[in-house]
Amino acid sequence: MATAVGGKVRVAPRGTERADLWWLEPLITVVVLGGFVLYTTWAMVFGSDHYFADPYISPFFSPCIATNCVDGYRFIPWAFSPAFLIAIFPLAFRLTCYYYRKAYYRSFFWSPPACAVPDAPKSYQGETRFPFLIQNLHRYAFWPALVVVVFLWIDAIKGFAYHGHFMIGLGSLVLLANALLLTTYSLSCHSCRHLVGGYLDMLSRHPLRYRLWRRVSFLNEHHMLIAWCSLIFVAFTDVYVRLASAGVILDPRVVF
Amino acid sequence: MAAVAERPAGGPSASASAAGQTVTMRIWRGDAAGGAFQEYTVPLEEGMVVLDVVHRIQAMQANDLAVRWNCKAGKCGSCSAEINGKPRLMCMTRMNTFEPGKVITISPIRTFPLIKDLVTDVSFNFQKAKEVPAFKPKPLDPDGKRRMYQEDVDRVQEFHKCIECFLCQNVCHVIRDHEENKQSFAGPRLFVRLAALELHPLDTNDRRELLKYKAGLGFCNITKCCTEVCPEHIHITDNAIIPLKERVVTEFYDPLAWIARKLSGRDPRKGIVE
Ligand code: SF4
Ligand code: SF4
Ligand code: FES
Ligand code: FES
Repeated sequence: MATAVGGKVRVAPRGTERADLWWLEPLITVVVLGGFVLYTTWAMVFGSDHYFADPYISPFFSPCIATNCVDGYRFIPWAFSPAFLIAIFPLAFRLTCYYYRKAYYRSFFWSPPACAVPDAPKSYQGETRFPFLIQNLHRYAFWPALVVVVFLWIDAIKGFAYHGHFMIGLGSLVLLANALLLTTYSLSCHSCRHLVGGYLDMLSRHPLRYRLWRRVSFLNEHHMLIAWCSLIFVAFTDVYVRLASAGVILDPRVVF
Repeated sequence: MAAVAERPAGGPSASASAAGQTVTMRIWRGDAAGGAFQEYTVPLEEGMVVLDVVHRIQAMQANDLAVRWNCKAGKCGSCSAEINGKPRLMCMTRMNTFEPGKVITISPIRTFPLIKDLVTDVSFNFQKAKEVPAFKPKPLDPDGKRRMYQEDVDRVQEFHKCIECFLCQNVCHVIRDHEENKQSFAGPRLFVRLAALELHPLDTNDRRELLKYKAGLGFCNITKCCTEVCPEHIHITDNAIIPLKERVVTEFYDPLAWIARKLSGRDPRKGIVE
């Protein structure tokens, strides 16, 4: 039975006539994103025994700046998992990312769960109030995340050296691909797109910024895809280093 | 409550159905006081779009069925409706995209007050449009002309494809599910309009304050349903809303930008144009 309420047609009881599998996308997001969060939390809290498999270091722990690090820069006195000092930066970047916001507002907050499917929360303020107001500072998460990416490149390069010898291992390639994916993810960011030139009205007057803006815009079109690929791959990289470090797998490598 | 209309025997349309196929549509009938879905079964022909079937129902079985349309070419933006729960243009939805034999549900767009059957009162959108300050061009160049370069207009050209179908306004959960937000939220169609002006190389009006306060840009949580339904494939969220959000951030939330403005003594209204 359907009735009109407040000038709007309301069809009880489901509130949507969508009969397709609209719930599938939020469900997959919950599983993959939730799985990633659980895994990283576990790796950060309990996984500090196996994050280094000479010469590879897990991206969750790099740059390793705590004094209790197995390898790395070691200058901050620290008694907990060294990952806490570092992983917060990429996590803050992902948490406030325009794409991930879409993903978790839809799948975790059901606001809305899918298009033309009613919001679960009764009242809605969007990003006008705390805590979501903080999302406006996403650009401040961009720079630290970029610095971390620079260290991941250093790790990737170090991944080709073994006790003074050049080497190529499967791990070297994994680290390299990871650095590449995370660089692409960071550079395809919407805030980056704004900062390199999007803020200008007269792009024609600034040829360098215009070119940069064009490049970033191209990457930005694929931001969602890159976000997922880099997310899954960074977790895979950690798993790989962890298994190699624990001796579960033997890293195939050629040392020159 | 569904009244299943009989398929009329014979008649030109029925015999025209080459394969003898029929289609059953569940169409919302009623007005602001109430209503219900009613089922109609009519002959189907090759190449039909949803609007054709609705017209056939109107011609054969429900002469008083109210439906708004005009161009039948996806360009006037009149025939917006919800087809199996998804906001679409009726004239651009081909019948062969549906599974044969399945009942198709057509309802009016939900976010605006219903007038009758499939017709809603979309004046909300025109009221909001009145609140957008008009284009205010820079002074003329010394030779009496105004110049813009392709690099500068590329971005805004996309926004001019809008056909004002208001499907994006309809699907936006900010007002679709929260009527109370209509006061303080302009909606994605208007963000497209605002971006066309705000990013325009020759415009001098500053609309960032309007965006933050009156247009309620902060209510948008970039969940992208507007982009998903736009029949003109305008990248509403990525190319209009997010760039506007970033500009609002610079103006109102970015502490370094604030300090830079104080130190340089630059008028923020002009700072961004250059
Ligand atoms: S992206 Fe923003 S404006 Fe577009 S439908 Fe979603 S909440 Fe509304
Ligand atoms: S932006 Fe797209 S969906 Fe919105 S009114 Fe214009 S054409 Fe329709
Ligand atoms: S990282 Fe996704 S928008 Fe910035
Ligand atoms: S009738 Fe003009 S857009 Fe459908």
